[in-house]
Amino acid sequence: MVLKAFFPTCCVSVDSGLLVGRWVPEHSSAVVLAVLHFPFIPIQVKQLLAQVRQASQVGVAVLGTWCHCRQEPEESLGRFLEGLGAVFPHEPWLQLCRERGGTFWSCEVTRRQAPDAPSAPGEDQVMLIFYDQRQLLLSQLHPPTVLPDRQAGATPASTGGLAAVFDTVARSEVLFRSDRFDEGPVRLSHWQSEGVEASILAELARRASGPVCLLLASLLSLVSAVGACRVFKLWPLSFVGSKLSTCEQLRHRLEHLTLIFSTRKAENSAQLMRKANTVASVLLDVALGLTLLSWLHGRSRIGHLADALVPVADHVAEELQHLLQWLMGAPAGLKMNRALDQVLGRFFLYHIHLWISYIHLMSPFVEHILWHVGLSACLGLTVALSLLSDIIALLTFHIYCFYVYGARLYCLKIHGLSSLWRLFRGKKWNVLRQRVDSCSYDLDQLFIGTLLFTILLFLLPTTALYYLVFTLLRLLVVAVQGLIHLLVDLINSLPLYSLGLRLCRPYRLAAGVKFRVLQHEAGRPLRLLMQINPLPYSRVMHTYRLPSCGCHPKDSWGALCRKLFFGELIYPWRQRGDKQD
Amino acid sequence: MEDERSFSDICGGRLALQRRYYSPSCREFCLSCPRLSLRSLTAVTCTVWLAAYGLFTLCENSMILSAAIFITLLGLLGYLHFVKIDQETLLIIDSLGIQMTSSYASGKESTTFIEMDKVKDIVINEAIYMQKVIYYLCILLKDPVEPHGISQVVPIFQSAKPRLDCLIEVYRSCQEILAHQKATSTSP
Repeated sequence: MVLKAFFPTCCVSVDSGLLVGRWVPEHSSAVVLAVLHFPFIPIQVKQLLAQVRQASQVGVAVLGTWCHCRQEPEESLGRFLEGLGAVFPHEPWLQLCRERGGTFWSCEVTRRQAPDAPSAPGEDQVMLIFYDQRQLLLSQLHPPTVLPDRQAGATPASTGGLAAVFDTVARSEVLFRSDRFDEGPVRLSHWQSEGVEASILAELARRASGPVCLLLASLLSLVSAVGACRVFKLWPLSFVGSKLSTCEQLRHRLEHLTLIFSTRKAENSAQLMRKANTVASVLLDVALGLTLLSWLHGRSRIGHLADALVPVADHVAEELQHLLQWLMGAPAGLKMNRALDQVLGRFFLYHIHLWISYIHLMSPFVEHILWHVGLSACLGLTVALSLLSDIIALLTFHIYCFYVYGARLYCLKIHGLSSLWRLFRGKKWNVLRQRVDSCSYDLDQLFIGTLLFTILLFLLPTTALYYLVFTLLRLLVVAVQGLIHLLVDLINSLPLYSLGLRLCRPYRLAAGVKFRVLQHEAGRPLRLLMQINPLPYSRVMHTYRLPSCGCHPKDSWGALCRKLFFGELIYPWRQRGDKQD
Repeated sequence: MEDERSFSDICGGRLALQRRYYSPSCREFCLSCPRLSLRSLTAVTCTVWLAAYGLFTLCENSMILSAAIFITLLGLLGYLHFVKIDQETLLIIDSLGIQMTSSYASGKESTTFIEMDKVKDIVINEAIYMQKVIYYLCILLKDPVEPHGISQVVPIFQSAKPRLDCLIEVYRSCQEILAHQKATSTSP
């Protein structure tokens, strides 16, 4: 196999010395981490390498020599470098050489022991691969997604050669701690040898975050203890709490805040990204909420809104009344059953009358309520939107009631019709066997059954029409609420920090690597430049999406149509953990 | 070593294949697709603008004309950046892997690198494409669970779609490197 030597780009023009790194025999690759300069004492070098090996669990060793000199190396230097191979035994021994100011490199590999295989490789070919050490250290490799038909417990693929390189560089941080201003026994050159990078702000934030997190975590635990107390588990409050989406959203945000301010350190990078994404999402939410707040409270817009709200509710109620009058007449040319029509129409009209009275009763308090609701926007735009969705649900409560009445009536009628239709054909539903069986009825049973069937059949168009109209209205309200929920979900689950990282520091999120062949001369080893291939935006979204509330419609379209046809009530936004009706 | 030959794709357009042999273990094949023709660009623009002018005479709203100009510009930029591929490159490096690069007309490059451990073989496969039967070159990836199975088939030169004679050239060169790689990988 071709021997691959991974060489950091920061060490390309440093002085001669020893190559320090890790040898990976399975992929025949030598990962050079640093260059150790002359003069050195071999005992101290071996001690340093043993310390690094113990601290980082990476098999760091001296891999060979690096020669960067004015012209072709002289004989004595060549023999000196080969002699070093006896002091630091390593198999194979690499000798890299570059002319000062020249572009082309030369590379020699010496193997001490005779190869065991009969087909001995005549001469090892060497490939030089340059990599940016800082980018490789900071980046995180995202392996391609596992195919869905593989079980989770299948044998994991052996770590590829590139994953081993990423792993080696990432774990050898302890080697990069010293820079050239340290008065240590050995002089190393690596990406931090010009001076270790640090930021004062980051250090201050790290020191301050400890006590601040402790304080906020205790406050948040107090709030959640209050929220979990017995009063809220009693029937009226727990029912109301589960139906309102605002409570759900507040609970969600409390969970997020507890995660952010928890005093436990993030164990791996996925948890760190999740924390960072949560912080970004909360900040965006609060910023948008404050913008909304300032817009609402400026130029007395709340007053205008409150003034417009009651006339709008009145207008909606008037339109509903017109609709019912239309249904009570001959809607779309259909002839309805006059008696049933009048009964249903008057029933619903009385409801609307009650509703308008309640709205007029509430109208003096509307402005105050709206003002306080507007204040809730400082908790976040998502809370304000959830409140809006709840207000819409409350204001269209009469439409919901009409829908339930119409659906129940229609459902009863359909069940009655199907049962009497079976009687008409001489069959019966067997509850024990859960199937339709033939049955012999008496004459009077058949007579009454057929009579009732005819009555229900001829009353069907009226009921069906009322059901259709009110279901459409209900679906319209549900669609508006659904749009608001979608927006809230979007703000909740968007991984802003990951997207920003992908935009500004694309090397941090790596999907893989890409190679570029550098200038090549026949007879010299092949030189490649390895760069990070950043993760595409779709995969960033998919990998780092925050978990949302889970308020997605549970039924598929087919199941929904079936429910509508049979008159079963639909609850598209059933929350997680709700008992089935 | 570098040489260039001219081939044709499945629709009859001209393709240029550039081969670069950097070393016995590293080869690069660069396939250049036909450029965006001025004729088709003019035809599309004229159609869109005539339609917009027709709508304008009906509606007397000058927003339609500005909207048509915006749509044409954005459509052209989107086409150049996301759809039109200028060049497709295949770089095969012994014992490292295979890299495929597509360069778009706006300069964007999208690269995929497959490590040599995952590659089982490179083959020429037949496919039914609309009303034609075409040949295409593809990489077969190993299945980690089953030693003789194939987990994925990755087609190469998907948008250039060269004909069989060009594919045979590329296939022969790749098989030389793969054979050499298989021979050396079995030895310790």
